[in-house]
Amino acid sequence: MRLRYIKDRIFLVMICTSSSIIAIPLLSIVWKVVSKGYKQISIDFFTQKIPNSWEAAIALQNGSIIPGGIAPGITGSLFMVAVASLIAIPLGIMIGVYLSENTNSKYASIVRFISDLLQGVPSIVIGIIIYSWIVTTLKSYSALAASLALTIMMLPMIIRSTEETLKMLPNSLKESALALGASRIKTTFFIIIPSAFSGIFTGILLSVSRVIGETAPLLLTSLGSSSVNWNIFSPTSSIPTLIWDFYNDPNLLNMVWSSSLILLTIVFILNYIAKTVSQSRNN
Amino acid sequence: MENDIILSFKNLSISYTEGVYAVKNVSADIIDKNITAIMGPSGCGKSTLLRAINRMHELYPSIKINGEINLKNDNILKINPILVRRMAGMVFQRPNPFPTMSIAENVMAGYKLNGIRKSKKEKEQIIEESLTDVGLWNEVKDSLNKKGSFLSGGQQQRLCIARAIALKPEILLLDEPTSALDPIATAKIEELLLELKKQFAIIIVTHNMSQAARISDSSMFMYLGALIEYNNTKKMFTNPSNKKTEEYLTGNFG
Amino acid sequence: MTDKIFKRLLFMLSLIVLFITAGMIYSLVSGALPAFRKFGIFNFIYSSEWNPRTETYGALPFIVGTILTSFLALIISLPFSLSIALFSGEYYKNSKFSKIISSFVSLLSGVPSIVYGLWGFYSIRPIIISLGISTNGLGILTSSIVLAIMIIPYASSLSSEFLEMVPANLKEASYSLGSTRLEMITNVMIPYASSGIFASYILALGRALGETMAVTMLIGNTNNIPSSLIDTSNSMASVIANQFGEADGLKLSSLIAIALLLMLITALINFIGKLIIKRFQ
Repeated sequence: MRLRYIKDRIFLVMICTSSSIIAIPLLSIVWKVVSKGYKQISIDFFTQKIPNSWEAAIALQNGSIIPGGIAPGITGSLFMVAVASLIAIPLGIMIGVYLSENTNSKYASIVRFISDLLQGVPSIVIGIIIYSWIVTTLKSYSALAASLALTIMMLPMIIRSTEETLKMLPNSLKESALALGASRIKTTFFIIIPSAFSGIFTGILLSVSRVIGETAPLLLTSLGSSSVNWNIFSPTSSIPTLIWDFYNDPNLLNMVWSSSLILLTIVFILNYIAKTVSQSRNN
Repeated sequence: MENDIILSFKNLSISYTEGVYAVKNVSADIIDKNITAIMGPSGCGKSTLLRAINRMHELYPSIKINGEINLKNDNILKINPILVRRMAGMVFQRPNPFPTMSIAENVMAGYKLNGIRKSKKEKEQIIEESLTDVGLWNEVKDSLNKKGSFLSGGQQQRLCIARAIALKPEILLLDEPTSALDPIATAKIEELLLELKKQFAIIIVTHNMSQAARISDSSMFMYLGALIEYNNTKKMFTNPSNKKTEEYLTGNFG
Repeated sequence: MTDKIFKRLLFMLSLIVLFITAGMIYSLVSGALPAFRKFGIFNFIYSSEWNPRTETYGALPFIVGTILTSFLALIISLPFSLSIALFSGEYYKNSKFSKIISSFVSLLSGVPSIVYGLWGFYSIRPIIISLGISTNGLGILTSSIVLAIMIIPYASSLSSEFLEMVPANLKEASYSLGSTRLEMITNVMIPYASSGIFASYILALGRALGETMAVTMLIGNTNNIPSSLIDTSNSMASVIANQFGEADGLKLSSLIAIALLLMLITALINFIGKLIIKRFQ
């Protein structure tokens, strides 16, 4: 009898300890990135172009902070994610609407299945596919290729969150609009989607926060560039690819931490907003 | 016929939140090998009272209890809850056989959960006895190793009773055991309880007055947490001593 | 635009998903064909030679590398993710504590793969070296450890959903028979949720299989079949990332073939996981 109680207690302690251990890697990652990266952060960091190896080597010898910044990376990431969103958001929402209105058709379940399949495809596989579709055709790396890769990655998530949110809306909402004589289109755009807005918005935020940190597909599609680029047909920099470049260059190594700090901050903020929006929706 | 007192409540009060009492100062003696019914309108505290006996309330930590519940000279509020739960078997409103266990395993579940090992022969004996006592043996003896999902609601509930009595408890507690069942299944179970009372003291919470009238030897009537009247069933139904009891029995309030 | 046209439009947009997927598969297959033709499909899968100079390529080392790292990561993550699932799904359900753990877990899930790789390289690798486990601190073990941390959030949130589905009246029945909490969990709760939990881990495996950057930075980038946990190697994803630059002709085709294999394996694992979940519901 005593033994059973002891086992019960020990198990509880084990559960609590193993669960709390999860804090260690999190705090370690945040600490590493913040402590090693904050020194490099300044207005310049956001606005200047990428330092080259020489400048960095000299700065290292002098013991001073590497000059320059990651402006091309920040603008590149924003540019490519924006283009991807421009395609993925409307497309994903529309397909989500279609699926939610056709829950029982065989065709819809096929689409749903394929969309789930797409979500599970490793990002590097998507990268190499876009490489062979677009990069070889256009004979150059480009922001367009990267945006298309990101679009494919964002699409399933947006489709799913749209469909799920719409499913939870009461049927009476749609029916009362239609009963008032509104057309299907008007009902969809003016009643249904706005009511589902917070759920859809959460899905969008989460998919953006996922793709903004993706490196592998970008390495194979947009490659990177040393200056700010707004030409969709040219190679473009991004924060993750910059981190990869810095990582591979001994002189620029110190820049990885500050860049990671920016990236991590962006991702955490997006996740926080998504969480707050979905919580307020639950209330 | 045993007429000993098996369980007694002494000034028992239970509250969920500060100052709000679900059970107020109940004192009563429960007689062995009898069926005692606890009746009353919703919210009168009858389930709370029942669950205090096998200390199920401890699953919800904000509860406070004052007073004693004595099972054969031991204050069960003070001894090990696991021991108490073995001595008081419980059957719930909705049949809840364990879906991942076979019928045989369900009957023996009490032993398994308490880590009590029995030989194969002993197991077979317990299973057959318990299932026979609840009238299920002939219906399931060829499917002992199947999961119980094919059983009807009434059969599942009888399986739960078998599971409870397999541990040979001192008393059997039933919390509205037939309210989710159809009339035929209900009748079967009521018949069963009349048989089982020869072995166990039975306390049954019911919101169905006619059920109490049909099967119980004694009845407790509770209202807003207080024990209004406790008497031999026949007496209470034909000549209630308290006005509230009379109003309830004549259907003047829920 | 009339409603009919709108409906048609939605239908056609939904076709895009199918076209993209079909296009992707076609592209992988046609890109991989040269390599398959040259080496034969089975030979390619079972060959462990990867030599750019002699233009002989085989995928076996990377298949082994992927499977080793992913399964090892799954095993390492199991006690932690299951504990978290039990913590939030049973013990401290709906309490402040589980909200804190949940937010830590969800922050972890947001960390990009390349940051995990950096952290793994600069924080975990020195530990492995100082413990004397290996001299360069890279290889199967190191990447599995970091990979395990990466899949804990996904595995724990999926399995805790299944634990939360266990009906309260089953738990009550168990307690009423005199069980302790642990006994209830092992005899009633986990058996009830078992297929769901199993599916959760299969899906987490699917995630681990496709992880690229963190593994690329920690696995050592060598093209041999790993002979021990401290051996360096490559996974299917990491060999593509590592050797992709300036690859063309047969080498590129071989990398695409590996991508095709990776996609098929991941799709199969995810399909099995989702199938089990459907059966459960």
